[in-house]
Amino acid sequence: MQNDLQLDPLYNVLYVDLTKKRFWVRKRKDLFEDGLGGVSVGVKLLEEECPPQVDPFSPENPIIFVVGPFNGLFPLASKTVALFKSPHTGNLGESHAGGRSSIAIRMAGYGAIVIKGASDAPVYLAVHGDKVFFRDAGAIWGIESCYTVGRILREVEPGSGMRTIMRIGLGGEKLIPFATVVTETYRHFGRLGLGAVFGSKKLKALVISGRRSLPVADRLAYRKLYDVVWKEAVVSSAMKKYHDLGTAENVMPLNELGGLPTRNLLETRFEKAREISGERLAEGFLGRRLACAHCPTGCIHIAALREPYEDKPFFYKTTMISYDYEPIYALGAMLGIGNPEGFLKLLDRVETWGLDAMSTGVVLAWATEAFQKGIIGEQETMGLKLSWGDYLTYIKALENLLRQPNDFYRHLAQGVEVVSSVYGGQDYALAFGKNEMPGYHTGPCAVIGYLIGSRHSHLDGAGYSLDQKWPKDKAFTPKEVVEELFKEEAWRQVLSSLVVCFFARGVYKPELVPELLGVLGIKTTTSQLIELGKKVLKSKYKFKLREGFSFEALRIPKRVLETPTPHGWLEEAFLREALRYAKKLYEEDL
Amino acid sequence: MKRVRVVISDSEKCVGCQCCMFACARLKGTGLSKARIGVRSVGGMERGFVIILCRACEDPPCLKVCPTGALEPRKGGGVRLREDKCIGCGYCQKACPIGCVFWDEEANKPMICVHCGYCIKYCPHGVLKMEGRQDAERFTT
Repeated sequence: MQNDLQLDPLYNVLYVDLTKKRFWVRKRKDLFEDGLGGVSVGVKLLEEECPPQVDPFSPENPIIFVVGPFNGLFPLASKTVALFKSPHTGNLGESHAGGRSSIAIRMAGYGAIVIKGASDAPVYLAVHGDKVFFRDAGAIWGIESCYTVGRILREVEPGSGMRTIMRIGLGGEKLIPFATVVTETYRHFGRLGLGAVFGSKKLKALVISGRRSLPVADRLAYRKLYDVVWKEAVVSSAMKKYHDLGTAENVMPLNELGGLPTRNLLETRFEKAREISGERLAEGFLGRRLACAHCPTGCIHIAALREPYEDKPFFYKTTMISYDYEPIYALGAMLGIGNPEGFLKLLDRVETWGLDAMSTGVVLAWATEAFQKGIIGEQETMGLKLSWGDYLTYIKALENLLRQPNDFYRHLAQGVEVVSSVYGGQDYALAFGKNEMPGYHTGPCAVIGYLIGSRHSHLDGAGYSLDQKWPKDKAFTPKEVVEELFKEEAWRQVLSSLVVCFFARGVYKPELVPELLGVLGIKTTTSQLIELGKKVLKSKYKFKLREGFSFEALRIPKRVLETPTPHGWLEEAFLREALRYAKKLYEEDL
Repeated sequence: MKRVRVVISDSEKCVGCQCCMFACARLKGTGLSKARIGVRSVGGMERGFVIILCRACEDPPCLKVCPTGALEPRKGGGVRLREDKCIGCGYCQKACPIGCVFWDEEANKPMICVHCGYCIKYCPHGVLKMEGRQDAERFTT
């Protein structure tokens, strides 16, 4: 793609070597010209930096953060893409987060940050514009709460209002493979274990700040088009769903539809869904709304949980906890928790320790069913009687998962794929490509999407949405489902190269994006972008196959076949046929 | 003196999106370096936000310390900068007790809000409003 802007700081890639405590900047116009930015550049950096078959916890596993041309210039472009080799799946690791991360990286003057090596002692990195500091993190390593770490770094580092503070909790320090990196307290690089990769490098946090200008080719046209996007974002209905109740709005519709995985997907409707719905949480708990930088939507919903101290009369604490649909599914419905306070308390623990809410919920759900079926007993759980809805016991089990006092909890902390391979119960170990399932049992598109999505995430191809939009009079065929998912996932590679939030996909339509790129000085067409998306998606698969991914070897948990979806029972033969077709589609011309 | 200025209507409604900062910066460039308004958390976003916005003082501390007369009183309160007179000494920035003199690192000169109201149009939650103008309603999101 042709780009007239010679001076765009996007081309600057900051390389950091934690082993040698060195850093340097290289102009990588080659990468950004070829592929805009974000995930498309990130995948190339991953190919360059990640040696084949590397142990995800070895110093050679790189951490790559990338932003794109829209960050800092257009609203709703608030995401940073992280790429790494996942310790959870042993394969492609990709995770996106908002907060202030992308704006801070762009305003500090970089398009990407590549972190290599490992420190021998705990460190945190502070990047303030062109200055990079390796700071001793000995005093903050081992702090119980992720919130506290943020509080300390806020005080000791400059750049308030113009910075991102990414950090890990005890989960990441203890190398739990589904530990997150938390940014701005309430956003996460949530899935696939970036937090544990930080931990393996003894990297406690990454602070980035900056304040600069960005070049655009045509400033007047830029302002005009900015207003077009702004109007779509604020006035049209494209963002309404995220605006009012936030993503938690999905709880009731999915429950009515019969697509809300409940009690380890034994059911798809939760009788107490109303109690943990977006409506109920807004009525009883919503204490503040927040936004990512440069996003007017404000989809971040924070619950205020007020609790009395038992030992001190008239003393209360108010805990602020951010909630979304996915944590409600995983730590609410999936565990049969219909008590909103109980759900919030459990979520607060997950956040305190920096774990992925979705994997954590699915892991505890598997443990509950395994306990009830007798394949594990009180000897394994150390006396805990796991049962649906008992959030107090879940909090204790979670603490054991973190501290790992016995072999069972050590295995449990590796995720359902590992723990079920040791103790049995694979039929109801709900992971796809070793990643615990997301919160949609809506039909064949969702499940095939989890299997073939490059991150095994619902956000890859949005199968849950396809299930709901599929014409009533049209039968599903494996080929068509795979093709639709591929098309959507390919376009999302473009969105995450810009990098815009997927929630804004209704705003950044394929016909609008080339026009917006044009005022920035980047000449392209819709069809070129679509081709770019396909190319990026295929290059991700190239990486996955190199690292041992196989369509044939994908495990389909029996439970997804046993529990009907709104489209009825799924058949294994249908899913396998889809996988055969996906293999053909993804592997051709690789 | 009747003050004509942008004021904070309710800081508790602020979600911290910083769209006002981007809007202000767009008047002179792109990105954030030219923003004359600031938004940062109180110390943890859950506690809300501080909005750093010039109050259009009747007797501005920044003006009083300017050694070259580069800052002139603005009709409606606050100041206007005459760039040709400014030597970039930075006294004005030190003098403002509420931190509303921002610094243009590229030009080495202060950046002070002139209360044009452009930021108000880009505040999605009605945190900012215009005061002291007949047509104040024109300045809405």
